[in-house]
Amino acid sequence: MKMVNVALPKGRLGEKVYKLFREAGFECPSIEENNRKLIFENPEKGVRYFWVKPSDVAIYVERGAADIGVAGKDILLEYRPDVYELLDLNMGKCRMAVAAKKGFRDPIGSTLRVATKFPNIASTYYNEKCRDIDIIKLNGSIEIAPILGLSDVIVDIVETGTTLKENDLVPYETIVPISARLIANKAGYKFKNEEICAIVQGLEEQIK
Amino acid sequence: MNENIIRSDERAIFALRSLYRQFGYARYKMSRFEEYDLYVRNKDFLVSDEVITFTDHTGRLLALKPDVTLSIIKNTVDQPGAVQKVYYNENVYRVAKGTHSFKEIMQAGLECIGDLGGYEIAEVVRLAAKSLALIGGDYVLDLSHMGLVSAMLQNLSDEDRALALGYIHQKSPHELAGLDLSAEELAKLTALINCCGAPGEALAKLQPYLTGEAEKKAFAEFQSLCAILEKDVHVRVDFSVGNDLKYYSGVVFKGYLEGIPASVLSGGQYDKLLQKLGRKSGAIGFAVYLDLLEQREEAEYDVDTVLLHDADADPAALVEAAERLSAEGTLLVAKVLPPQAHPRRLLKFTERGIEPVENG
Repeated sequence: MKMVNVALPKGRLGEKVYKLFREAGFECPSIEENNRKLIFENPEKGVRYFWVKPSDVAIYVERGAADIGVAGKDILLEYRPDVYELLDLNMGKCRMAVAAKKGFRDPIGSTLRVATKFPNIASTYYNEKCRDIDIIKLNGSIEIAPILGLSDVIVDIVETGTTLKENDLVPYETIVPISARLIANKAGYKFKNEEICAIVQGLEEQIK
Repeated sequence: MNENIIRSDERAIFALRSLYRQFGYARYKMSRFEEYDLYVRNKDFLVSDEVITFTDHTGRLLALKPDVTLSIIKNTVDQPGAVQKVYYNENVYRVAKGTHSFKEIMQAGLECIGDLGGYEIAEVVRLAAKSLALIGGDYVLDLSHMGLVSAMLQNLSDEDRALALGYIHQKSPHELAGLDLSAEELAKLTALINCCGAPGEALAKLQPYLTGEAEKKAFAEFQSLCAILEKDVHVRVDFSVGNDLKYYSGVVFKGYLEGIPASVLSGGQYDKLLQKLGRKSGAIGFAVYLDLLEQREEAEYDVDTVLLHDADADPAALVEAAERLSAEGTLLVAKVLPPQAHPRRLLKFTERGIEPVENG
């Protein structure tokens, strides 16, 4: 049996995802011990898990350091890694949306200023609408941009909408629904096909 | 010993050249620079559309070659019944994915252009499989057929067709539900995504879903090609290969080597590119990305032996010792072990003779 390297996103979502793997029959007891290790393996089940920053999962998988991994659809749409997207795990559900201050009116006569952490998703969305935009790439606290007049709108992930509400912002349009996806390295999928397919099948049964 | 001196990409080039010549392919040498116009008119065909350009002393805009195929097509002519077969081994210059910097990529490959028949197509795909086998290690050659994929998507709107092609390419049947498809179309495209593995078995599972004449015709063509190649257990069917309906019309394929995380070989039948250029010929070819082989180099030791000596050691005796040791493997003679050197064994030249260094 070949070992399958699995990149899990650090944090709450990653823990939920691990539980799904465990329920699917690919448990690794050492991962549940309280320690600071980053790599855990269970040779009997043929799996080696490691925690990485959620936005890095796709890079680990694309470059083959991990055979499979779990990444948000937002990351996949933004960075477009050359990987297989095998399953929608129906977890970490949220949406990519356009939000603005209450009472916002689109200034159709001028360039729309868009603050976002996701410049590719935002520009693809507005290109399809033939809308002239000015992308302002930020790395965090996006909600503050329209309040301070840095941008007209923001393109960001909206989960419950509470953060937007607390900052007097309103989601106006949904660009795309987001959830966690199981991704696979293309070469890894060829050479560890049986092992990866067994994991996919196990997870599929859990999410049905 | 010489085996170890030649890098795996260099070894592969020798082996591939000899293989291609064996099947009657002539060497094609392209110039380092080409007119930029050639590439800009066919930008979509290039793997990366960014090209290094400069102006020569006559004011012509030239490009440092980003691709070999377009140049080969330009240098072939249409002649009824004839087929031109060439191979190449060239460096090309492209922007590496995820960066804004250009990268030099060593590429070998072949092109077969002219009046193509079933034999020529099978020969090229066989040579692709043989190329992977020659490089060594376990390999997989995935085959798809763009004519079949195109026929199976023909009833979809332009927008849905582009999306569906992307979902097939990334093996995402769960995304198909978001398209405007009938239950029958959904089942058909799901079967297409799930159709992978040994050709005979995989295609048998897909066959019941085929409806239109165009689908059946393309399927029969692909099936007869697969039947020729099926003896090679490394050849598989996988419709996630290729997502370009604009240039590719028939079989498309990608090759993988164990230990390398990306495909090292890519090719297909691109008759539509020639049609776009006003040509009557058909064309099929592939490229092997030799720079990726570096990732498989096993550099456990960088030299077999390091022979240390004192500054006052007798040069004549040292030369004699070096001659003897170099016959056994790679050798570095030095007064002190160079930083970062990682020899298989560390020896010391003394008056008493050659002695191993402890922990060496």
